[in-house]
Amino acid sequence: MLTEQLLSIGLNHFLTISAILFGLGMFAVMTRKNAIVILMGVELILNAANINFLTFSKYNGGMDGVMFSLFVIVLAAAEAAVALAIVINIFKTFKTVDVSRVDTMKE
Amino acid sequence: MFEMPSGAEIQSIISILKGGAGYFVPEIYLSALFMVLIILDLVTGRKNGRFLAIVTIAGLVGSLFYIFKQQAMPDSEFFFGMYALDRFGIFFKYFFVASGILAVLTTWIDTPLKKQESGMGEYYALLVAMVVGMMMMASSTDLLMMFLAMELVSLSAYAMTGYLKREIRSSEAALKYLVYGAVSSGMLLYGFSLIYGMTGQTNISKIAMLLTMHGYNPLVMILAVLLIVAGFGYKMGAVPFHFWSPDVYEGAPTPVTAYLSVGSKAAGFAMLMRFFYIAVPHGMMGEISFLQIDWLWILMIVSAASMIYGNVVAIWQKNVKRLLAYSSIAHAGYLLLGIITMDQLGTQATLVYLAAYLLMNYGAFYVVIVIANHTGSENLEDYRGLGKRMPLAGAALTVFLISLVGLPPTFGFIGKLMIFSALLSKGSLFMWLALIGILTSVISLYYYMLIPLNMYLRESESQEEGVIETGMGAKIITAALMIATLYFGLFFQPVVNYAKYSSVLFGALLN
Repeated sequence: MLTEQLLSIGLNHFLTISAILFGLGMFAVMTRKNAIVILMGVELILNAANINFLTFSKYNGGMDGVMFSLFVIVLAAAEAAVALAIVINIFKTFKTVDVSRVDTMKE
Repeated sequence: MFEMPSGAEIQSIISILKGGAGYFVPEIYLSALFMVLIILDLVTGRKNGRFLAIVTIAGLVGSLFYIFKQQAMPDSEFFFGMYALDRFGIFFKYFFVASGILAVLTTWIDTPLKKQESGMGEYYALLVAMVVGMMMMASSTDLLMMFLAMELVSLSAYAMTGYLKREIRSSEAALKYLVYGAVSSGMLLYGFSLIYGMTGQTNISKIAMLLTMHGYNPLVMILAVLLIVAGFGYKMGAVPFHFWSPDVYEGAPTPVTAYLSVGSKAAGFAMLMRFFYIAVPHGMMGEISFLQIDWLWILMIVSAASMIYGNVVAIWQKNVKRLLAYSSIAHAGYLLLGIITMDQLGTQATLVYLAAYLLMNYGAFYVVIVIANHTGSENLEDYRGLGKRMPLAGAALTVFLISLVGLPPTFGFIGKLMIFSALLSKGSLFMWLALIGILTSVISLYYYMLIPLNMYLRESESQEEGVIETGMGAKIITAALMIATLYFGLFFQPVVNYAKYSSVLFGALLN
């Protein structure tokens, strides 16, 4: 029974993958110092949510989730454009993209 | 799984969209204004900042007419349940247009933005885009639309925060805002995906229906609600999602700071109210959940933490913008008190408080800009002796700060009074929250009054004397904001009535 469940790919497999991706994304955001890597972590989080939407859409039968994830993909691209512009500007002013060194304002 | 729609179906979809567009006029109008501003920036020369500002103000004032026309329309949901037109949304549309106009007025006098080499072209377009996004945040009734509206506001706000490209603090603020914003919107999205998984719907009223009909797993629900509160909490600047706000408020150009602290915060509250009141009503989680907590408890903790943290940390601030940042964290806590009561009185109190916050916070930031233009500094120490040299600005700032504390006879007092009376009308259940609110207001009296203390009672170290001329326009706007703050403190009935009228729909839903 258990092996059968593990062997045939179902809802739980997708959800586990998405949870792992979300966890990895959060881990990257919290531990990495490089701004670009942090943005990559954010992409992982967004894609984890996308996998959730697509999975639920597949098992619910509706198309809402597919539509949602399409919008999220477009939005992630827009966000990446703005984010990279800001990071380039940071590199011009600070000569680094290490977020721990971009810290001139103190309490 | 999915079939292509037939020709007749496509026709009917198009006619539904056409019908919905009639309810969507202010947003369409402002989107057109956004594009007109971009084109005008391209066809006019480099020194077009003043011209674009006038076009923006004229355009925003024009949009008030279309919003006013919407008041006669019946409440409705359109675009396949994506978007709603109701009194609550209309209140916020007025609110956001007003905050947009005030943002242009504050930009008008700000020296660093005026000196910006690359011109002011995109700035006003982004400002209008943010107004549209905030309106959509307040009116969307679908998870997808909520997320898109929130991202529209966020993306415009990132660019506006970093608008002073050559200045270190502005760039740094933009990076911090971006990182926190991107992560929290990712968390919000993950929470939405869990809600979608539990119900298979994205429309919030359908979600509420399915949740009551079929039940759900409380653990998943709490996880989803926590993630969603993280997303909203970032927009509202509430503890523990506030980490960005002191740095961003200090580093961003001051008009943008004022705009963020009023506009996008209010938009976060509007969306929070609509989402939690409709999609996840109280009591659906609490009683059956084995952890005995639901979103109301989460919001209570967030609110208490915001009031305490914001007010206590503000005591040590030496930079006025940073001080106002911590004060705005505290105000997020007070505003949440009105939402926690979960009744019409509480909603009404929140709306009144937001209206008061619009006037007094913009007023305070406006005077901070006027002073920074002439002293070049936002440090508390440099405010010494300014009361005599800038009589009007000093008096006005004192009024705004008294209003922020919540003392009579100002509009801020009415807001706080309504929030606390809504809270206490619920009986002793929320007594501890009201006590925290009142005690932290007393703490806030100390740090707000440090500013007038420096302005009036301490002598300046420099030997400069004489009145500083601040310009006629700045004087008129300062005086107008000051008089409005005092006037609505005495004759508050119209605003209170309008807020009550705007919260009627939610009142029916909550009971």
